[in-house]
Amino acid sequence: MQPTALRRLAAGIALGLALPLAAAAPRDDLLAAYAAAAKAANPAFAGFSAERGQTLHTRQFAGGKPDTPACTSCHGPDVRGPGRTPAGKAVEAMAVSVNPSRYADPAKVEKWFKRNCNEVLGRECTPQEKGDWLSFMSAR
Amino acid sequence: MTARTPFPPRRLARPLALALLVVGFSALLLGRAQAGGGHYYPPVADPVVREECGSCHLAFAPSMLPARSWQKMMGELQNHFGDDASVEPATARRIADYLVANAGDSAAGRPYAGKLLRGVPPEAAPQRISELPKWRKEHREVPDWEWRHKEVRTRANCLACHTAAERGYYDD
Ligand code: HEC
Ligand code: HEC
Ligand code: HEC
Repeated sequence: MQPTALRRLAAGIALGLALPLAAAAPRDDLLAAYAAAAKAANPAFAGFSAERGQTLHTRQFAGGKPDTPACTSCHGPDVRGPGRTPAGKAVEAMAVSVNPSRYADPAKVEKWFKRNCNEVLGRECTPQEKGDWLSFMSAR
Repeated sequence: MTARTPFPPRRLARPLALALLVVGFSALLLGRAQAGGGHYYPPVADPVVREECGSCHLAFAPSMLPARSWQKMMGELQNHFGDDASVEPATARRIADYLVANAGDSAAGRPYAGKLLRGVPPEAAPQRISELPKWRKEHREVPDWEWRHKEVRTRANCLACHTAAERGYYDD
């Protein structure tokens, strides 16, 4: 192998390793912050549950807007597939496995949690709910 | 297209409705929309405006409303048609500047607004494009069931009928 090719290979490996790490870091930081807040609110907090996150994602709530009773109202029944807002705008898949660029900007994540939880539940989501939901999307 | 029809059965007698069943909903609208004269409303070019104002619905063309409408809207984002569309103050300023600079009655937007703002009283700051007198006129022939169709559901869903709206074209 030529030295240049070797260097390219090494660079490729370094990139290949660095990219997923870089993509996962903000999500891990978010989960850590939600865990700290959940623990502060409830000393018995014992970690997030993707299963509870799934329930939150699919449950029909009565406290929010009647035309969007569930997260799935806009994000669609399949987390690996696209969704659509009531005004007809397509929303890309939420599952990290098919959309790895998701949840990379903590301010964006927080902005939409605030909007969408109010929209669906009629209140903000708790740190535990956010962590559960994010764990569910990370596992899918 | 599902087998269920969104309109009352009596309409089935009309050749138009039968054609709809055969050709499909969007194809019919496409054909009808093509009948009119074309007009270009430049789409939002600023990536921040596209992101913040184009996630819940089409990023509406700034030349479709006057500057005072955008100014009013940008001051009330917390309660935006029942949604919370608020953004950071610095982002809000950037968006407002862009919308105002390209509004239908501004130097940059006026050439594109065409007749869309005709009939809007000078003191009014309409918040809906879909309630402009001229917009109403252009759409008066769209029947009621079409608005209620599950692929449309709201007048704000321009994309359901104008598939090239994101590129600024409403004649297809
Ligand atoms: C009214 C429609 C609607 C409903 C209902 C809805 N969402 Fe969303 N959601 C959106 C839109 C639009 C976006 C932004 C577009 C995008 O990121 O693709 C978004 C984005 C998000 C994001 C940010 C994603 C990222 O990449 O950072 C999170 C988190 C989120 N939604 C959580 C939820 C949760 C939790 C629920 C249920 C409680 C919910 N959403 C219900 C429309 C909705
Ligand atoms: C239910 C389908 C439907 C929806 C939804 C809809 N339109 Fe239309 N639109 C039409 C039809 C049909 C025409 C008439 C086309 C013609 O005669 O050329 C039209 C005409 C227009 C025209 C004039 C076209 C021209 O070439 O001058 C404009 C501009 C326009 N629509 C903008 C919008 C905007 C903006 C929205 C969303 C706020 C919207 N429309 C939503 C069906 C629709
Ligand atoms: C959180 C979701 C959300 C965001 C973000 C959002 N909007 Fe909206 N917007 C809505 C809803 C909901 C409606 C009402 C839609 C309907 O009538 O079906 C609406 C309606 C509108 C209309 C009127 C459409 C008509 O009927 O003619 C305009 C104009 C508009 N929005 C502009 C903006 C601008 C500018 C921004 C960015 C600052 C923005 N929107 C961001 C949810 C949003």
